[in-house]
Amino acid sequence: MKKIINDPATVVAESLRGLALAHADLVRVQDDPALVVRADAPVAGRVAVVSGGGSGHEPLHGGFVGPGMLDAAVPGPVFTSPTPDAVQAALSAVTGAAGALLIVKNYTGDVLNFETAAELAAAEDLDVRSVVIDDDVAVKDSTFTAGRRGVGGTVLLEKITGAAAARGDSLDAVEALARKVVGQVRSIGVALTAPTVPHAGEPSFDLSPDEIEFGIGIHGEPGRERIPAEPADALVARMVEAVVSDLPFASGDRVLLFTNSMGGTPALELYLAHGIAERLLAERGIVVERRLVGPYVTSLEMQGISLTLLKLDDELTQLWDAPVRTPALRWGI
Amino acid sequence: MGCSAEGFAAALRSAAEVIAEHRAELVDLDRAIGDADHGENLNRGFAAIVAALDAGVPQTPAAVAKLAATTLISKVGGAAGPLYGTAFLRASAKLGDAAEVDAGQLVEALRAALEGVQARGKAVGGDATMVDALIPALSAAEGAAGGSVAEVLTAAAGGADRGAESTVDLVPRKGRASYLGERAVGHLDPGARSTALLLRAFAEAAR
Repeated sequence: MKKIINDPATVVAESLRGLALAHADLVRVQDDPALVVRADAPVAGRVAVVSGGGSGHEPLHGGFVGPGMLDAAVPGPVFTSPTPDAVQAALSAVTGAAGALLIVKNYTGDVLNFETAAELAAAEDLDVRSVVIDDDVAVKDSTFTAGRRGVGGTVLLEKITGAAAARGDSLDAVEALARKVVGQVRSIGVALTAPTVPHAGEPSFDLSPDEIEFGIGIHGEPGRERIPAEPADALVARMVEAVVSDLPFASGDRVLLFTNSMGGTPALELYLAHGIAERLLAERGIVVERRLVGPYVTSLEMQGISLTLLKLDDELTQLWDAPVRTPALRWGI
Repeated sequence: MGCSAEGFAAALRSAAEVIAEHRAELVDLDRAIGDADHGENLNRGFAAIVAALDAGVPQTPAAVAKLAATTLISKVGGAAGPLYGTAFLRASAKLGDAAEVDAGQLVEALRAALEGVQARGKAVGGDATMVDALIPALSAAEGAAGGSVAEVLTAAAGGADRGAESTVDLVPRKGRASYLGERAVGHLDPGARSTALLLRAFAEAAR
């Protein structure tokens, strides 16, 4: 394993120190428990939006803390959910009378720890609501699994709820909006190589040079199936088909298309894939109104991409366009 | 003969040693079907338990179990933290304020632990999780309830070993391994394996 690290045990803390130095105008970073909090938190009189999960998905979530998006992010160890006391500490740091929305990705560990944290926060008389995102269409049969995973759609959910909170929506309204977004966002991921978790020291799965994992999550867990590598046109078509047929998205739908690098795929290939996806959606009569392209929900150095489609309406488009100023996403201000 | 708070603390210390020895094995089992963090997380949690015990051993077995629970919940994260934390918390609640725990109470504590894990994780037998180690552990412990604490724990460890082995042939239905479906068949569940390791360590310590 070759990585720019000192010690697997201090990777997250040392990285957060760098984040704080690089973006001192936007975030404050705390040690033990590790938290990333808006520099000007708590912001009085409006709903706080808090998210979190294992580290190793940067810029998710610490990179999205700032005006117009998250009030706090709770980073766990690499690929491991943070503990309830850490989540509770984040909620306490940013939640005022207007309450907080807690965004949880549907992974067993995240759900267990965040549920417990929400209970602890309620015991402190904080008004906290949780919404679980489960946008991954690779997981078909939720009766026999832990349910669909939360993947790329998380970024869109964080942006849109953050914008709603910033404009002064009530907690009821922000929560309802979050459920609406969860209901109309879908994703699929593919991996060309496995990531290497620092404390494991070797790749999370073994993949031969002519094979790819189709339907991966964001933790380097293997996908639903292993298929022979194929040209970009065929692969992206397979991905678009999986996402579009799930909701399903129909001709005339207005959508946001998010083409995400899993960390190891360069912009050259990412834009190439994005172009194909836009063409395929146009052929189906689906109107791409907004785009996000880049490494936003990563899995360490894993090569691969994910595609996320969010069905838009005027309100969602307006909230997406609203100003945002965070380390990894900023426009309008 | 019963088990005192000091005895419980000693069992947790030997469990921490066993988890440290098997850290890489558990990471590797998890790497095959999950995200390669199980050994790392448990090792972090049990090291923290030892540090807490070094600072002072609580008065009763129940208080020691509660210390283990809160430490695991606040240090482990992932799914293992809340699940093992709940197991120790429910066991603690069963032990009351007795200074010594007898074999019968230990069986009750193990039953409470299993019920707690199932309530939190929503897993049943056959899902290929730590529940598959705990169910046969409890039933073996019940069979030995008339004996000593050491005999109960030795029986439980044996049951857990057999239960853990049985996960190799199962299709996982909970946790991250569930996403693999049939592809996970042939792999030992890391949570079932760590449960078996912990009970074996407790049994050895009780001798």
